[in-house]
Formats: sequence, structure tokens, C-alpha cells
Amino acid sequence: MTLLVEDSGTLLLVQDLGRPGHAHLGVPPSGALDPAALALANRLVGNPESAAGLEVLLGGVRLRAHRSMRVALTGGLLDLRIGSRARPWGTAQSVRAGDLLEVLPGAGLRAWLAVGGGIEAPQTLGSRSTDTLTGLGPPVVRAGDRLRTGDASTAEPPGEATASVARDVVTLEVVTGPRDDWFTDRALTAFFSTEYVVSPSSNRTAVRLDSDVTLDRRRHEELLSEGLVTGSIQVANNGRPLVFLVDHPVTGGYPVIAVMDPAGLATCAQARPGDRVRFRRWRPESPR
Amino acid sequence: MGRRALLIELDSDSDVAATYELVGVLVERGLLPRPRDVVPAARTILVDGVPEPARWLARLETAARQSSSERRSDSGPPASAVEVTIPVHYDGPDLAEVADAWKCGVEEVAARHSAAVYTVAFCGFAPGFAYCVSDPPQPQVPRRDDPRPEVAAGSVGLAGAYSGVYPRAMPGGWQLIGSTSLVLFDGDREPAALLRPGLRVRFEALS
Repeated sequence: MTLLVEDSGTLLLVQDLGRPGHAHLGVPPSGALDPAALALANRLVGNPESAAGLEVLLGGVRLRAHRSMRVALTGGLLDLRIGSRARPWGTAQSVRAGDLLEVLPGAGLRAWLAVGGGIEAPQTLGSRSTDTLTGLGPPVVRAGDRLRTGDASTAEPPGEATASVARDVVTLEVVTGPRDDWFTDRALTAFFSTEYVVSPSSNRTAVRLDSDVTLDRRRHEELLSEGLVTGSIQVANNGRPLVFLVDHPVTGGYPVIAVMDPAGLATCAQARPGDRVRFRRWRPESPR
Repeated sequence: MGRRALLIELDSDSDVAATYELVGVLVERGLLPRPRDVVPAARTILVDGVPEPARWLARLETAARQSSSERRSDSGPPASAVEVTIPVHYDGPDLAEVADAWKCGVEEVAARHSAAVYTVAFCGFAPGFAYCVSDPPQPQVPRRDDPRPEVAAGSVGLAGAYSGVYPRAMPGGWQLIGSTSLVLFDGDREPAALLRPGLRVRFEALS
């Protein structure tokens, strides 16, 4: 045992890069909601990118280290403290045995904490990720849990990360289809002109979006369930879109109007209830 | 579908099954790049995680034409699929509803259900939940108006044209005709899912 969980905050999950490749069995991909952020945190502490780390929602996490280790926090800007002293986000930090490691609320919504050697947990279908939709993988981390870490690499950490700061209105790039022809022309225009508000019911399954505007359908028959990808933007019968994230069901029975470019996942991982969202057509030369 | 996936639309469940099988064979032979996921559904196949979806589809179509001309010249039996037998106690609470839909006696449901051969068309709903289509086809069975808040793991049910087994306890609206003690899905087992698309399935009536 190397980390004792004194407080797990709002939601603390073990995540790696998930279990893609099992969708035909009904198994969602799961994994870190912002895989690039977890991969970066792992690189910073000398881990393989696929090592399991901790996904922190909002903060409020207190961990007691029982041996010295290297840690790094990436993703949203949450406040990292070691032994009550503030430490910078996005760089490798040393923790000594006995230190209290805290991740406290900041400007971001979700952050990823990598620890040297990675979090040890049994693998399910090749992954240590907690799938909040189906319950596969390790249980949600609770206060009192003892987390084990693997053997840390002795290699020097490679460098620093750059923070992505949340903007007031976020823009998600999409490619329309496959079911854009199920919607009226007016609905498609509205989809790109409406400023949506992130709903409080958003989670790792989907970012749900609110608006007074409903996206009306041209075709009203029932759609037979069909496969969904991470980033599929489905419009349910209430006429409002939701963007499926990594814990998405493998199939859905409502038409998908567009698919978000994967680069938008990092943005969605930080989208707080009340944040405003717009959609824009993806173009090869689009600036990031 | 996005920039890394495509959704192939097909006319029937048998077209879905044939195309899904063909994709599997072509990928195994190295004739098509291996996608991250290939997900069959009722009338579609999702191919996810391919760098150039349009080129991938063009290669599939070329290979499909070649394989259909090969099949004409070689009219041997299709590749034999693995068969899984699921022992069932036909004691479910909805046997009467199914007998109604099938226009037969309650005691005949078990005999008819266990006499057919099934193919897993696709999975979904929950890990390891397989939608099995019946040969010969049976009349469609409506879902329950009032879904149950919890259906026990191992419950065997019918909905529409499909038979399925609940891999875990969860809410559900299928008409339940029986139960099996087989474990349909276990993440710590290899393979985790007992049923996967394309498998042949039989239900065996236990007395």
C-alpha cells in the first residue's frame, strides 16, 4: 500500500486509456475522459502513457503517501498541494513518505494525477479504467481505500506541460452525419447557430446541452439502434443534442446529427454546468 | 461518420451478418486494415478507428465483389460457426404473453423456442447482452408496456424478433420466458462474453 485515501472528493476514479476494441460485445471504451492529459501526466513521471492514474472531478482529494514518489497533475487547472504547500500544475513533483497530497478546487473541472509506477488494480478486458456506465473495472475510489502503485521508472522526467485554460464560450468542431438528413434544414442551421448551455446532468457518458431551440426532425420513424462512436452527437426526442463521451453506450436509437472531432474531448472534459458551447464545422485548416 | 469511422447501411439482418463475417475474414487475412472496433447492429455496421474511412470502404467493396464471384464458383457450405448451447428452465413469468403473440399454447413456447437455431446478430444494452435472431423466424413479440425495475441475471427474454439473455441484474422490458444458470459475461474470464456477433446459439429445454 502506498497511498491512503483520506478524502476522495466529488468523484475519484482509476483510469487508464480504456478498453477500446470490445464495442461489439456491448463494452464501452471508457478510459480517461481526456486521454491526452493522462498520457502527458504519465510521461511527466516517467510512466508509459498507458499507466493507470487518478481522474479527479472538482477537487477535494486528500491522499497520504506512504513512500516517496513522483507525481504530476494535468488536465484542468486544479490546485495541487503537497504537505500544505502549493505546487505547480503540469510538472513532475516529488512527494516524500508521510506527505499529504491534496488536489483542491481550481479553475478546471477534471484533472489527472499520475504517480510514478502507476496505480495498481486488476485489469478487466485489458484495462484498469472504471466504466461509470456499466460498472466494469475497479470500483469508485472511496475514503479509507488504500491504493497500490507499481515500480517507478528511474528515468528523468522529460519536461513541462502547458495548461489549457477554459474560455467563456467553447467551440466544438464537428463533421455532420451520419443522420443529418433526418433533420430539417432549419434544424441544421440552428445546430450551428445556437449557443448551448452545458446541463448539470452531464457526466462521463455525455455532455448534455440545454437550449430553448429544438432540433426538429424531417423523418419521424423510429431509428433502429446503431453503433455510436465517442463524440457522436445524438438528438433525443426532446430535440436537444448530447455529445457522447468515453463511457457511452455502444449503440443508440436516436439519430446522430454530427460527430465531434476527437480534439474536442479535452474541452468536454472541462465543460462545467452553465458553460456555453457552440458547434462549428471541422475543416482541415481549422486553427486549434 | 466523423473523420475516423464509417457507418455501413444494409438492407437486412442477413446482409449485416454476411458483411460482418466478410470483414472479419478480410481483416484476418490482412486484406483490410484492422479497425479499432467493428460493431454490427440491426441494419448497420459501424467501423470505428480507421485512418481513411473512404479508402477502407472502397477496399471492402472491391473485396466483396471478388468474394461473391468466388462464392458462385465454389458453392460449398459456409464457414461453420461455433455453436453455444444455453440450457434453459422455461418457467418465465411472461410465457402467456409470448404464447399469445405466437398463437400457440403456453406449453408449446418452450418446444418452439428450443427447436430453432439462433445467430447472434449484435450485442448492446449491457456488456454481453446478445440479440439473437431465430431460424426459422417466429412472430414478433412486443416489449412489455411496463418494464421491470429489475430483471434477474440469466433471465431469457424475447422482444421484437430477438431472443436474449440478461447478463446481469438490471431493469428491462423484454418478455421473460425462462432462465439459465450460465454466466453470459464475466470481465475476469477469457473470453469475457459467452456470446459474440456471428455465433450460432441453441437453447436447450431443461425439464
